[in-house]
Amino acid sequence: MEFLAYFGDVFTPINFGLLLIGTIGGLILGATPGLSPTMAVALLIPFTFKLEPAQGLILLGAAYTSTVAGGAVSAILLKIPGAPANIATTLDGHAMAKKGQGARALQLSFLASAVGGVFGVLLLIFLTPVLAQWALAFGPSHLFWLAILGVTVIGSLDSSSVVKGLLSGCIGLWLATVGFDDIMGAQRFIFHDAVSGGINVIPALIGLFAIPQVISMFAGGRRSLDAEILTVERHPISKAFSEVFSRLRALSIGTVTGSIIGLIPGVGGQIAGLVAYDQSKKMSPERDKFGTGHPEGVIAAESANNAMVGPSLVPLLTLSIPGSPTAAVLLGGLLIHGIFPGSDLFDNHPDVAWTFINSMLIGQILMCIFGLYVAGLAARVAQVPNAIMAAVVLGLAVFGSYSVQHSMGDVYVMAALGTGMYFLERFGFSAAPLVLGLILGPIAEANFVQGSMIANATSSIGSYFFTGPLNIALIAVAVASIGYSVWLELRQRRHTAKEEAVAKKGAIS
Amino acid sequence: MKKLTASAAIALAALAGSALADENYPERPIMLMVSYGAGGATDFQARIVTMTAGNEDALGMPIAIINKPGAGGRVGWNWFAGQAESDGYTLGAYNIPHFIAQSIEGGVSYSADSFEPIANWGADPAVFVVAADSEFNSMNDVVDYAAANPGKLTFSGAGLFVGHHIAALQLEKAAGVKLAYIPNNQGGAGAMKAVIAGEVLGGVNNLSDAFRAREAGNVKILGVFDLERNDFLPDVPTLKEQGFDIDNSSVNFRGVMVPKGTPQPIIDKLAEVVPTMFANGRVASKMKAGGSPMHIMTRDEVIEMWKAREVALKELLAGL
Repeated sequence: MEFLAYFGDVFTPINFGLLLIGTIGGLILGATPGLSPTMAVALLIPFTFKLEPAQGLILLGAAYTSTVAGGAVSAILLKIPGAPANIATTLDGHAMAKKGQGARALQLSFLASAVGGVFGVLLLIFLTPVLAQWALAFGPSHLFWLAILGVTVIGSLDSSSVVKGLLSGCIGLWLATVGFDDIMGAQRFIFHDAVSGGINVIPALIGLFAIPQVISMFAGGRRSLDAEILTVERHPISKAFSEVFSRLRALSIGTVTGSIIGLIPGVGGQIAGLVAYDQSKKMSPERDKFGTGHPEGVIAAESANNAMVGPSLVPLLTLSIPGSPTAAVLLGGLLIHGIFPGSDLFDNHPDVAWTFINSMLIGQILMCIFGLYVAGLAARVAQVPNAIMAAVVLGLAVFGSYSVQHSMGDVYVMAALGTGMYFLERFGFSAAPLVLGLILGPIAEANFVQGSMIANATSSIGSYFFTGPLNIALIAVAVASIGYSVWLELRQRRHTAKEEAVAKKGAIS
Repeated sequence: MKKLTASAAIALAALAGSALADENYPERPIMLMVSYGAGGATDFQARIVTMTAGNEDALGMPIAIINKPGAGGRVGWNWFAGQAESDGYTLGAYNIPHFIAQSIEGGVSYSADSFEPIANWGADPAVFVVAADSEFNSMNDVVDYAAANPGKLTFSGAGLFVGHHIAALQLEKAAGVKLAYIPNNQGGAGAMKAVIAGEVLGGVNNLSDAFRAREAGNVKILGVFDLERNDFLPDVPTLKEQGFDIDNSSVNFRGVMVPKGTPQPIIDKLAEVVPTMFANGRVASKMKAGGSPMHIMTRDEVIEMWKAREVALKELLAGL
C-alpha cells in the first residue's frame, strides 16, 4: 500500500501539467504512423534533462501509456498500425470504421485500453516481486517454444482458409531472414542496399496494411467519387461503457493474455494483441463475426496491448534489465539522473518509483478521457472522399516509413511489400499472418541457435528443449492450439457439407 | 557530352559552395548515427555527450541521434561507409574493437580506412560476471571449472566480433582452456539477463551495466579485462592481477567519426571543438551518475589507438 502515500505527488501543479502534456502529446505521437512508442519516448528524453527525476519519469510514463493507446487511432481510421501492438486492432477496427462505426470503435478501444492498462499497472504495483521471477523463468528454449506457439496462431488468424494463412505466415518467416543474421552476422538475401539491415517491422507493417487499400482506392477510379456517402454514426459514450463491460469475455481474455505475455522479456509487446485476438476469437460463440467489424475484436486487442505496459516494466524496475526497447529507453531516462533501477530505486528513491507508477495509473484514465473526447470528431475521417483519403494515407505511409530511421530504403521496402500484398490479397491471403511470421521468425531463430549452443555445451538438444515443466506446458498449449484449429475447420466442413446436402435436397424436391 | 558538361558544372558549383560552407560550418543541425538501438549503452552515452552541442562555446548547433541498429552494428556502419554524405553534417559513433574486428572477419563494406576519427568520449572495459549465488568467487575458480569440464563452461556476451567476444577469445588463449561462448542477440542487456536467470554459468559484459547489476544485488564481478582497475570498481582485480596475460584489446572505446571524404577544414574544426564539448562539466556529471566511465581522447590519439587495435586484433583473430 506504499504507493498510496505518494499519490499526492502526482497532483502537484507541475507534475500534473507534465502528465497532461505527456498524455495528450503521446496520443498525438501514437496516432502518427511510424512513430512507435519506443521512438516517442526516445524523442522526449532530451526534455527530461532539465526536469527533476520524478517529473521526467512522469512525462515518459504518460507518453508510453498513451502512445500505445494512440496507435489505435490510425489503426482503426486509416488501417495503418502505428506499431506491432496495434496490428490486431486494424482487423476489426477498420472494418467497423468502414461501416460508419468509427466513433464506436474508437470509444471501445480507449475504454478497453484503460481497463487493460489499469489492470496491468496494478499488477506492477502489487505483484512485482513474484512477476520478476516469472520474467526470468523464460530462457532460450522457452522463448523458442513461445514463438512456435505464436506461429500456431497464424493459421487461424484473419484468413478465410488455414492453408492460405499458413502460406502467408511462411512468406513472413522468409522475409524475416533477409539481412544480417542476428547472431552469426551472416548475410542472407541482401539483393539491394535497402534491405541490408533486414526488413524493419514498422515500414513493413505500414506497407502491408496501408498500401493495398490505397491501391484499391485508386483502382476504384472516378466511380467511387459519387459512391454512397458514408454517415458516421454518433455513438453516446454511456453506450460504449455498457458495451465494453457487457463483453466481459473479450475484455478479460485480452487483459489477462496481455499482462501475462507482456511480462516476457523481448517477446511480449509485439504479439500480445494478436494472441489475445486469436484466443478470444477461438473462445467466442460468434467466431464468424471476427474480421467483419466485430467489437469484441477491438476490445480484446486493445485491452491486451495496454495491459502489457505495466508488466513489461517489471524486469526493468526490479532487476534493472530492460525487457523491451521502450523499457531500455526509460532506463536511459533514469540513469541520466543517477538512479539505478532495482532495489536501489525502491529503497532509496521511493518517491521517484511510486510517483512514476502512480502517474501511469492516472495517465491511463486521462488517456481514456481525452480519447473518448476526440473519438467522435476523429471518426469523421471516414467521410473524406476516397481520392483524397488515398493521397493522405499514401503520404502518411511514406512519412512514417522514412521517419523510423531516416532512410529511403525503408520507403522502398514499404512500397514493394505493399504492392505485393495488394496482389496477394486478391487471392485471399491476408497481411496479419505475414506480419506475425515476420515478427516471430527472428525470435524463434535466435533463441533456437542460442539454446542449441547452450545445449551442445552442457547436455543434449533433446533434453534442453523437451524437458522441464515450462517447456512441456508450452509444447502442450501449442499442440492444443493446432488441434483446436483443425477440429474447428473439420467441424465447419462437415456443417457446410450437411447444409449443402440439405439445400440440394430442397432444390430437387 | 551534354551530360559531361552538366556534371562538370555541378561539381564546380559544389566545390565553390563547399569552400564557402566550410568556413561557416555548422549552419544547420547535425546528425549522429548510432549503430545500436535506442536505450543501449552507446545510444545512452551518445545522447549525453552531445547534449551541449548547441551551446555557443561548442558547435552552436544541436546534434540529433539517429539509430540504425542491427547485426552487432554492421548495418549502421555499412550505411555510414557507403551511403552517408561526407558533408560534415553526418557524424557516426564508433565502437572499438567492434567495427575493426568485424572488418577483419569480413562480409562488411567498411574497414578502419573508411572512416576519419574525430574524438573519443568513453572507454567501457569488459568484465566477467557471475550470478550472485554462483559458486565461483574468482577467475581462477572459473578457469579451474573450465579445465575440469572442457567446453562446458557456458558464458554469455553481446554477440560475435564485439568487445565481449574479443575478451572471451583472450581468456581462452591466456588460460589455455576451451569455453562455450554464447552470443546473445539482444546485446549486453540480453546477455546480462542470461547470467542473472541462470541460463549460463557466467558472462562477459560492459562494466557500466555490470556495475548497476551488482548495485542491484544480482551479480558478482570477478575480473576486469583492462590494464588497470577501474574507478567504479576499485575492489575488482584485473585479469592480469589474477595471472592471465590479457591486455586492453577488448575495452569498448566509444567516440565520434565522420565518413572518409569529409572536407579537411570541417574535420579540423570538429577535432578541435568536440573534445572540449565532451569535457563539459554537465556532461561529466551525467556520465558519472549513469555509471559510464569517460575517457576523452583527441583525433591524433584515436588514430594511434585504431592502428594499435587493428594490429592486435589481426593477431588474435588469425587463429580462428
